[in-house]
Amino acid sequence: MIRFFAAALLLSAPMFAQVDFSGSWSPLYHEDLPDRIPGPELGDYLGLPLNDAARLRADSYDADRISVVPEYQCRPHSADYSMRGLANMRVDVIRDPVTQRAIAFHTRMNFQEMERTIWLDGRAHPSEYAPHTWQGFSTGAWDENMLDIYTTHLKESYLKRNGVPRSDKATFTEHWVRHGNYLTVATVVTDPVFLTEPLVRTQTWVSDPGQVIARDICETVAETPKAADYVPNHLPGTNPFLHEVADWYGLPFDATRGGAETLYPEYRKKMAKPEHPRDRCERYCSCGAEGFVCLSPTAAPPKR
Amino acid sequence: MRPSILCVFALCITTANSQQQDFDKVEIHVEPVQHKVYMLVGAGGNTTVQIGDEGVLLVDTQFAPLAAKLMAEIRKLSTGPVRYIVNTHMHPDHVGGNAAIAKLAGSDPALPLKIIAQENVLNRLTATVSGQAPFPEQGLPIDEYGTPTKNLHFNGEAIILYHEPNAHTDGDSVVLFRGSDVISTGDIFTPDGYPFLDIEHGGSVQGEILALNHILQLTVPAKTQEGGTYVIPGHGRICDDADVVEFRDMVVIVRDRIRNMIQKNMTLDQVKAAKPTRDYDTEYVTSNSFVTADRFVEAVYKSLSK
Repeated sequence: MIRFFAAALLLSAPMFAQVDFSGSWSPLYHEDLPDRIPGPELGDYLGLPLNDAARLRADSYDADRISVVPEYQCRPHSADYSMRGLANMRVDVIRDPVTQRAIAFHTRMNFQEMERTIWLDGRAHPSEYAPHTWQGFSTGAWDENMLDIYTTHLKESYLKRNGVPRSDKATFTEHWVRHGNYLTVATVVTDPVFLTEPLVRTQTWVSDPGQVIARDICETVAETPKAADYVPNHLPGTNPFLHEVADWYGLPFDATRGGAETLYPEYRKKMAKPEHPRDRCERYCSCGAEGFVCLSPTAAPPKR
Repeated sequence: MRPSILCVFALCITTANSQQQDFDKVEIHVEPVQHKVYMLVGAGGNTTVQIGDEGVLLVDTQFAPLAAKLMAEIRKLSTGPVRYIVNTHMHPDHVGGNAAIAKLAGSDPALPLKIIAQENVLNRLTATVSGQAPFPEQGLPIDEYGTPTKNLHFNGEAIILYHEPNAHTDGDSVVLFRGSDVISTGDIFTPDGYPFLDIEHGGSVQGEILALNHILQLTVPAKTQEGGTYVIPGHGRICDDADVVEFRDMVVIVRDRIRNMIQKNMTLDQVKAAKPTRDYDTEYVTSNSFVTADRFVEAVYKSLSK
């Protein structure tokens, strides 16, 4: 009898120290809250290892595009951005019906009903000629209790919602670690088209077993009459909003232009003085601190 | 003799010759697309293959030396008769294999092979070019069409050819497989590189934008603006509506910039020096690109200056 129980125990033990991520998760916004909830400021590229091409592409971006051009209206976030976007998440385990081994994690988020599969069964990535998708093609492997995920075949999308681009040649790795009721996800994006070095970002989620992820059905509608050959964009040198973030927060303009050096503390020693220094914070000052969330730049932040 | 035609043909032949020594090394990659349609990638343009009970339809045939390899892969998909070749335009990397494929496919009087293209393709391929061997007669698209559209019904689905005037060339066809929900675009859409606006053969940037918008009218994405109608480009991977949107937006934005510079009376050299495509070059230009940034800028400039 003891031998039977011991065998049963061994058979039910997870292989390779696997962790179960299944369940419902809510994002915590204590990291980069102004970027994630109200949304990034126009022209704010600080801390992004952008090349000149990415910078001009972002400068040319006109947010009218997402309403005027119908094809943009129902786009979801891409997989690399969705882990820090404004959406809750449910994770399901897909098991082999015979062996009961986990062969994939499947995630669903409420914004635009994003669904993604992270394969754990060792399958190969598709050929270079296969279609790309918003969620890409993801495979995972265990490193003790951490799940390492590698994603390819992404569609062109954004690193920030202010037009900073991420190409369809980009790939990214993720590291998922569970600490009790908290899930930490580190995302490392490599993009040979727009980044000079990998972009590393982290996000934290908290278990939320009571949440229900409802439908989020989107249909495109032509809301604004426009010429067929019109795509909103700013011609080089004409975007009037690029100095806003520097002036509002009292930052040197050059710092807001981003680039790899703005990632590192040494940059503070060499960066220029602000053109318009401010004596006090007036915008999104308490966001993310002491439980406050902010939806409006000037409104008093409500207690979370 | 028309020097402009000679130049483009010479350019294409140079390209073909430079690849000649490597054709033996080329492998044909078969990528299933959707329902009855496959994409075959080798050298030159992509080949679209539609198969079914009635036989095989091809869109574009790459270079002649690859015909045997193409047919070998097609025969793995279907042993049925090759009934149609559709050419999306007249460039050698898309029509070069016509005659060789026709020969390899054999001929059955009851099941003849028809080669179809917009009539300007036939006009270009039969034009006399000094110093240039005539295009093989067996490969000519003598089932040409001169109407805005041409309909076929083959292997249980409607296939519609749309003439896209003055886009990549003046003889471009977009092919819609209505049942399989797949579109073959030829070189109007090349997601890995700037479009080759062949101004000498009737191409134009405005026609290119109109053609891309027409492709977007034909594509219907599925949930979350992806999938649904799949798009086989002239070169590059399988795409869908969202990928065409990115490409269309690039062409429109570059057009806007160069038009603005022309309105400021800037010369072509000044426009090139201003590098109006510099935020797209890292995405659309590689060391092997046929259409460099300068070539694209020049084509747009000339097109807008006409």
